[in-house]
Amino acid sequence: MPRRAIVAAAMARDWNQLFILPEGAQPTAAPAEEGEQRRGFFRRLRQNLSKTRQALGAEIQATLFETLDDETWERLEEALIMADVGATTTAKVVMQLEQEATAGQVEGGDALSARLQELLAAIARGGDEPFEDRIDVTHTPTVIMAVGVNGTGKTTTIGKLAWHLQQELGLSVLLGAADTFRAAAVEQLAGWAERAGCEIVRGPEGADPGSVAFEAVKQGRERGVDVVIVDTAGRLHTQDDLMAELTKVRRVISKQLDGAPHETLLTVDSTTGQNGLRQAKLFSEAVPVDGIVLTKLDGTAKGGIALAIASELGIPVKLIGVGEALEDLRPFDADDFARALLS
Amino acid sequence: MFDALSEKLQATLSDVRQRGTLTEDDVNAAMREIRLALLEADVNFKVVKSFTASVKERCLGADVVGALNPGQQVVKIVDEELTALMGGSSAGLAFAPRPPTVILMAGLQGSGKTTATAKLARFLKENNDSSVAVAACDVYRPAAVDQLVKVGGQVGATVYEKGTDENPVDIARWALDQAKQDGKDVLIVDTAGRLHVDESLMEELKEIRKAVKPTSILLVVDAMTGQDAVNVAEQFGEAVNFDGVIMSKLDGDARGGAALSVKAVTGKPILFASTGEKLDQFERFHPDRMAQRILGMGDVLSLIEKAESQVEEDEARELEKKLRKGEFTFEDFLSQLKMMRKMGPLSSLLGMIPGFQGSQLKNMKVDDRELDRVQAIILSMTPEERRRPELIKGSRRLRIAKGSGTSVQQVNQLVKQFGQMQKVMKQLGRGKMPDLQALMRQAR
Ligand SMILES: Nc1nc2c(ncn2[C@@H]2O[C@H](COP(=O)(O)OP(=O)(O)OP(=O)(O)O)[C@@H](O)[C@H]2O)c(=O)[nH]1
Ligand SMILES: Nc1nc2c(ncn2[C@@H]2O[C@H](COP(=O)(O)OP(=O)(O)O)[C@@H](O)[C@H]2O)c(=O)[nH]1
Ligand SMILES: [Mg+2]
Ligand SMILES: [Mg+2]
Repeated sequence: MPRRAIVAAAMARDWNQLFILPEGAQPTAAPAEEGEQRRGFFRRLRQNLSKTRQALGAEIQATLFETLDDETWERLEEALIMADVGATTTAKVVMQLEQEATAGQVEGGDALSARLQELLAAIARGGDEPFEDRIDVTHTPTVIMAVGVNGTGKTTTIGKLAWHLQQELGLSVLLGAADTFRAAAVEQLAGWAERAGCEIVRGPEGADPGSVAFEAVKQGRERGVDVVIVDTAGRLHTQDDLMAELTKVRRVISKQLDGAPHETLLTVDSTTGQNGLRQAKLFSEAVPVDGIVLTKLDGTAKGGIALAIASELGIPVKLIGVGEALEDLRPFDADDFARALLS
Repeated sequence: MFDALSEKLQATLSDVRQRGTLTEDDVNAAMREIRLALLEADVNFKVVKSFTASVKERCLGADVVGALNPGQQVVKIVDEELTALMGGSSAGLAFAPRPPTVILMAGLQGSGKTTATAKLARFLKENNDSSVAVAACDVYRPAAVDQLVKVGGQVGATVYEKGTDENPVDIARWALDQAKQDGKDVLIVDTAGRLHVDESLMEELKEIRKAVKPTSILLVVDAMTGQDAVNVAEQFGEAVNFDGVIMSKLDGDARGGAALSVKAVTGKPILFASTGEKLDQFERFHPDRMAQRILGMGDVLSLIEKAESQVEEDEARELEKKLRKGEFTFEDFLSQLKMMRKMGPLSSLLGMIPGFQGSQLKNMKVDDRELDRVQAIILSMTPEERRRPELIKGSRRLRIAKGSGTSVQQVNQLVKQFGQMQKVMKQLGRGKMPDLQALMRQAR
């Protein structure tokens, strides 16, 4: 097991692989340190997973394929459902694996285990036509917009992302405080700007979010920063008026800079159940969503809903949140995720 | 989303009628549907397993008699069992024999603690005439203190805060002293969000509990939570043995199976429902209605009560008179429209009406933006035009279209539809009250 963990860590994506960088950009992180950090996270994930195992009362993967009968497939189903993967995607995975096993294409517990992980990772990658899972930051400036349901982690993710873009990739960042609705939302983002060491553009309280976003992009252009990240107020996907507001914010941004926002990230809390699918569907109807940030993976929730979102809606996960500190943001890695889902 | 379990069950069990009893095979088929529906509603897998086992027991050998068809009969059993599991009537909050009553809020990050703190303060002020203070013990999240200062201030609670330099345990202890000195009836302690597996923060929570000896500890749980709700509830229960639960974000379209999971594994009552970002969107929790929401069987009671609480009684009586006489005008329509929209998005309202779920809702375009347009058009009419729609001709239509940012065709269409609606209402006025579904079809 330890040996496999190290192999996995070596495969994990690093920050340079996540971004399409402008020419002449100077990534600043030392690769050795990167590897150390990633291993650190994987170890942490495993620690958490051992707790979950106890909670589940079963060592799912180790014993899953010891014998092959109806119960095997039921237990696999159970494990996927418990990870919030949802009935549809669970059925798809189990059916495929069962078929391959019955046809004798995959034999033996280890091979089945490996194949299962492969299947899960493949879904997370987008299947036969892999997703564009990178973020293009070559625009001048690149505008990133964070959207999502209340409390899912937009503001925190922005703070972390700003820090990483500056620290690891040497890019300059400006934040736009377009959550003008929630009490102290602007102050919260300002707190993150300070931590991350970047500037922030804010409007008066209760200001129109579109106008703040517009101003942020405008100032980003004038100051010649590399990336502008716009925070938005949390909203439920069922609130039509607020979803229309989001569409408008996006439109206003594109008026200031043609083609912007270049990247719209939807934060999904990994504790979210099947409602996550509705969230992703309705948010991407209001604004084209380019990627998911799967937050709060440092708990015991597996974030399986992201797999359902990838499978049913074709939206890739690009980043994961693993804590509340600046450094707790990671590029998403499909293999790591698949492995963690069932451990 | 709104696929009604009852529809599926009736299809599954459609041929049972002739035979008269539910066989084991019938019941197994029904249980598969129920299991799926509950899992889709995010009820925890283990809870689903034990639940379907007990339902199966009751269904087996049940005679199919009387007015109910087999599908309905199973639905009834499921509903009864689910309601029993959720707990019957709404539970209340405990008060200390000697004030202040201290309430400690706990939960994961972003679950809605700070918002619920302010809402509960407001609720207790309004309903119990209590003087309420809140304590800001989240020193970790940026601007968490500012947030509580703002929302606490908005509901007229006294906010005890010491910035972010002191430790939360000391702040809580100090706030309790203040509350005693100030003669407060209630002190609500807001805390930082924490993961149930974060040992040091869970330890801190225990310390806060020791320091303020709360009358009640309330766990705030997001209604959208999936399978993990069980782990969260168990761990928080083990650490601080909380007394009750607040379900938040119930204004969305999540089925809220987490409520059932939490209740099933901890036995603690769910006391309040948080239903929006505004500070008055907070109510007592009704377990029996939650059972129906989880199953997607339509929450008639909620709908009725929601409507009741917002419509002034005489206004309603007045309207009914007008309806029956066919004197319903655009003016009335506008106030109706505004009232209805206060209750929430149209789709969520319709979702609460049984028979409106499933396939019907999918095919029916329920578009709140359309309502926006209708409202804009009516607002651009003069009061005289609203009372006498027959005046709306020629240049008036153009003016209204311009004023509302719509087209003359859209104005025409509304006026025409309105005329039809008046006609329907007049007819109905003579007979029974309108059948909503028929009305909606007519109005489209
Ligand atoms: N443990 C953990 N907590 C997180 C993570 N990401 C965010 N949080 C916490 O979750 C809570 C909500 O995060 P915010 O960043 O305020 O979320 P938001 O989406 O901006 O919230 P609103 O703007 O209020 O809708 C905060 O307490 C964060 O500290 C994560 O990856 N792990
Ligand atoms: N739609 C909706 N949003 C809510 C509800 N309760 C809280 N929120 C929002 O959820 C987010 C997190 O709430 P907050 O009270 O700060 O959570 P805390 O981190 O647990 O203190 C904020 O954006 C709130 O406005 C609710 O019942 N419905
Ligand atoms: Mg925010
Ligand atoms: Mg808070």
